Amino acid sequence: MKCRKCPARAVLRMPRHNTAFCSVCLTEFVRSQVQKAIKSQNMFSPNDRILVAVSGGKDSLTLWEILLKLGYRADALYVDQGIGTYSQGSREKVEQFTEQIAKPCGATLTIHNVEEEEGASIPDLANLVRRPTCSTCGTIKRYQFNQAAIQGGYDVMATGHNLDDEAARLLGNVLHWQEEYLQKQSPTLPASMEGFAKKVKPLYRLTEREIAAYAVINRIDYMVEECPMSKGAKMLVYKDVLNRLEAESPGTKHTFYWQFLAKQEKAQATHGSMTETDQTTLKPCTICSQPTSTGMCSYCKMVARANAPAQ
Amino acid sequence: MMKPFMKIHLSHPTRDIEIEGPKHVRDVFQELQLIPEGYLVIRGQDLVTEDELLADSDVIEIRPVISGGSERRP
Ligand code: SF4
Ligand SMILES: [Zn+2]
Ligand SMILES: [Zn+2]
Repeated sequence: MKCRKCPARAVLRMPRHNTAFCSVCLTEFVRSQVQKAIKSQNMFSPNDRILVAVSGGKDSLTLWEILLKLGYRADALYVDQGIGTYSQGSREKVEQFTEQIAKPCGATLTIHNVEEEEGASIPDLANLVRRPTCSTCGTIKRYQFNQAAIQGGYDVMATGHNLDDEAARLLGNVLHWQEEYLQKQSPTLPASMEGFAKKVKPLYRLTEREIAAYAVINRIDYMVEECPMSKGAKMLVYKDVLNRLEAESPGTKHTFYWQFLAKQEKAQATHGSMTETDQTTLKPCTICSQPTSTGMCSYCKMVARANAPAQ
Repeated sequence: MMKPFMKIHLSHPTRDIEIEGPKHVRDVFQELQLIPEGYLVIRGQDLVTEDELLADSDVIEIRPVISGGSERRP
């Protein structure tokens, strides 16, 4: 199979665009999609300082690499969850990437170690507070990334969420009609109030497969193994279902998510924005002052419960 | 003596299998009942498309690209 743009051999067929690219043209395509996302969703400008949330997986490391290659000022934060060999392995990938690719571009990596900072690893914390591991992990990561962005004086925080992530999340939210989450599904979330960093998802126009292909072509060495806690996760089921639909009719995923974004934009014009909702429903946490709807934020509650003497 | 088949490395869970070649990538997918949208095929260090013919001497990785925990929001 030949590349559709040049005479070279194709390395990836992309049915949703009815095309196939060689490694050079695919790299160009992926970077241009990221640039398009940044511009069209007003994510950031060349002078802004960006904090990338990295996990060692393909999406976040690819995102960091592309931002640096495009000339943006992007540092990164890695949260070490203390999940056995998975955390060890992913941390090594992140550190190696930092040495080889980020440092030469003048970028820095910060590591937040949950065991040292919160007093126990994520699985232990989850046990202590009797909550599912993933929700404990989510609370901590969300909190620490936001905190690091605010304290480090970054203009914006970027995550590696891709088209598959967003389409799968949308499917989950729609299946359960969780309308309160729909508002938060934009690729750009404003710093709706003091204490919240602006959050962006520059990979939302790309599928996981396109991103993984970019990583392989550009020799980005990432953690292929999955977090052991993700086994049986609902998200994986939704992604699988969407990929089956995609195989039947290419373009299903991006039509599903992009049409939603278009409708949401219209709805916000008439129904008021997320910023207004946040400002009327959230107040500073009594302990740490990050905005919350419940007096004490879920992170502070969790830390308090984990440190309470056993009864 | 048995002739050596192509070696295929798979993940989630990690395992190595052998399949008799020559065979097109798309037929390997069918044989293993995998949907192409969820994987990349890497021969040596290079990506290959579904119409590529794989030989017994090839070392192949079929790498899943789907990832994700059950964390709700970013
Ligand atoms: S699968 Fe769960 S525990 Fe593992 S990184 Fe994702 S949210 Fe955290
Ligand atoms: Zn080309
Ligand atoms: Zn708090």
